[in-house]
Amino acid sequence: MTAVPDIEFRGVTKRYGAVTAVSGIDLTVPPSAFVALLGPSGCGKTTCLRMIGGFEQPSEGQVFIRGRDMAGTPPYRRPVNMVFQQYALFPHLDVEANVSYGLRQARPRLSSQEIGRRAGEALEMVRLAGYGGRKIHELSGGQQQRVALARALVNKPAVLLLDEPLAALDKKLRTDMQIELQNLQREIGITFVLVTHDQEEALSMSDFVCVMNGGRIVQLGQPSEIYDEPADLFVADFVGKTNLLSGKVAGHTGDLVNVALADGTVIAARKRTALQKGETVSVSLRPESLSLGATEGSPFKGIVRNRIFLGSTAEYAIEVQGIGTLLAKADHVIGHGNLFKPGEPVAIGFASGTPLAFQETKNNGTNQRVAKNVEIIS
Amino acid sequence: MSAGLGAVFMHGNRFRHNLLTALLLAPATAWLVVFLVLPFIAIAVFSVGERAPEGGYQAAFTLAQYANLPARATAFWNTMMLAPVGALACLLVAYPVAYYLALKAPQRWRLILLALVVIPFWTSLLMRTYAWMYILGGRGIPALLAFVGIEDVRLINTPGAVLLGIVYGYLPLMILPIYVSLERLDRRLLEASADLGATPFSTFLGVTLKLSLPGVMTGFSLVMILLLGEYLIPTLLGGGKVFFIGNALVDLFLQSRNWPFGSAIAITLVAVSVVVLIAANRISTRVSGARRVDLI
Repeated sequence: MTAVPDIEFRGVTKRYGAVTAVSGIDLTVPPSAFVALLGPSGCGKTTCLRMIGGFEQPSEGQVFIRGRDMAGTPPYRRPVNMVFQQYALFPHLDVEANVSYGLRQARPRLSSQEIGRRAGEALEMVRLAGYGGRKIHELSGGQQQRVALARALVNKPAVLLLDEPLAALDKKLRTDMQIELQNLQREIGITFVLVTHDQEEALSMSDFVCVMNGGRIVQLGQPSEIYDEPADLFVADFVGKTNLLSGKVAGHTGDLVNVALADGTVIAARKRTALQKGETVSVSLRPESLSLGATEGSPFKGIVRNRIFLGSTAEYAIEVQGIGTLLAKADHVIGHGNLFKPGEPVAIGFASGTPLAFQETKNNGTNQRVAKNVEIIS
Repeated sequence: MSAGLGAVFMHGNRFRHNLLTALLLAPATAWLVVFLVLPFIAIAVFSVGERAPEGGYQAAFTLAQYANLPARATAFWNTMMLAPVGALACLLVAYPVAYYLALKAPQRWRLILLALVVIPFWTSLLMRTYAWMYILGGRGIPALLAFVGIEDVRLINTPGAVLLGIVYGYLPLMILPIYVSLERLDRRLLEASADLGATPFSTFLGVTLKLSLPGVMTGFSLVMILLLGEYLIPTLLGGGKVFFIGNALVDLFLQSRNWPFGSAIAITLVAVSVVVLIAANRISTRVSGARRVDLI
């Protein structure tokens, strides 16, 4: 017998008047997973989260939480809690009262000792012990974030919902909180559903990434799958940096497709869908899959235009005649002085992996492919 | 050399800046001094004086007028009852209206509905109170009721009529501040409360009401202070049988011309108003946890 999934969407559609925000989503989230809903703004990810929280009702389909159909169940009767964007902490209550707010709503009532003890534990968990008496406006952004976390987790929800929780923090704090959230999820062992538009955040924190676009799920998988094996052009472009080169299908060699690029170079690429000869395709080359320097059979030759030295790696913008500017990433070996200088000619080859060729779509990389019945296998 | 020149220039600039500020503030300051501070000083001086034999004021320094205040204890008592009860009645009617306007009314109707609340204010309160006199009087609603067979209904000259007049007259003053505080309320706080398991009623008590308290207190103090001086509505709709401080003041200044005693009553009224304002401000800032906003 398989475990009851924490969250399940069955054919969920949400319309606001004539606008369809979410369209026919099927999604199953197993227990104890850290799932990220990733997509550009307006892709429907926040609407999905709000439907789990009960703030929106689906126009069609059903949302299940731990096997129970949530239709008609108001937010205050759902076993989930949310960390809101910009936290939505109660300004008229101190830290302790904010954290114990949910406990005070419990019926039958909890004793005040019980409330105090659990609120104290929650504050300790987010490393804010001793801050109970502070006013909300006396806290820093990072501290407010942790109060919001404690306030949501103190109720021991089945699922924790996080709506862009790190968007308001500066970069250093964001990285710290990413690690903290991951640790927290492993410690408590409940399902976290994170909504974010930041692909780095989604890839670094979650066990599963659900990439959304235009109200649909485009791809669902582990972060490395999403990055290495994007389902379509949209995912390839949205997740991570990549070079997209336009070309035409010249022929097939086994499973691979030969693509003739604008400058006449023919490269072999893997494909996602059947491609016809002569069809226009985009080939995705990750910057780190390119190797720089004198390699046998380097397909491209270019001139270094810009170099961004990042310490362990260096990124190069390389102008290739007839193709445009390619972004390449090379590891830096300390003391080797293996950096190329702007203006220097350089040969570009493939270091690892085979490029991926995608069918081009009319609306500029936005793929409308329907991903039905996507299920995470954990 | 250049530093010295800079300093002179800076100095001149600051002087000009100060002069401009003073000029801009002058009209308002002059207005306040002439129409508020000076009359107030006059009243304060009158209140420790004596009534001249033929009426008016005669210079003296005595607290006799204040000692005489119990003579008007009934008027004080009536006012002290009318003001909070009237303000409370106003509040009970205004809060649901403000709540609907701020949180429930469709966005495009909001301004129109708000305008409807304010528009009656453009007509004199006296006119509108006379209108109520007619509506509640013999040829108004009672006549209509008699027409459908309900005889002998008395509406005018009752405490109910006075309360109705007060609620009607002061409603916008109560609705607007409450509306503003509810309008500013962050809607996500309501969602957060629901998310944490609070029923809509608990959310209303624990979040909405508490965060709108500054507006409630502003409205309550405004209406209450104005009611402390109110005498028109009780006179017109209550039949003038019950006397208020407002009546006493009109009488003392215009009829019996006992200015010093009238002044003593007026000063006491101002003192009470100030105490009410400060108390209301303290309560609302404490409960709503907002950073201090001083009304006075």
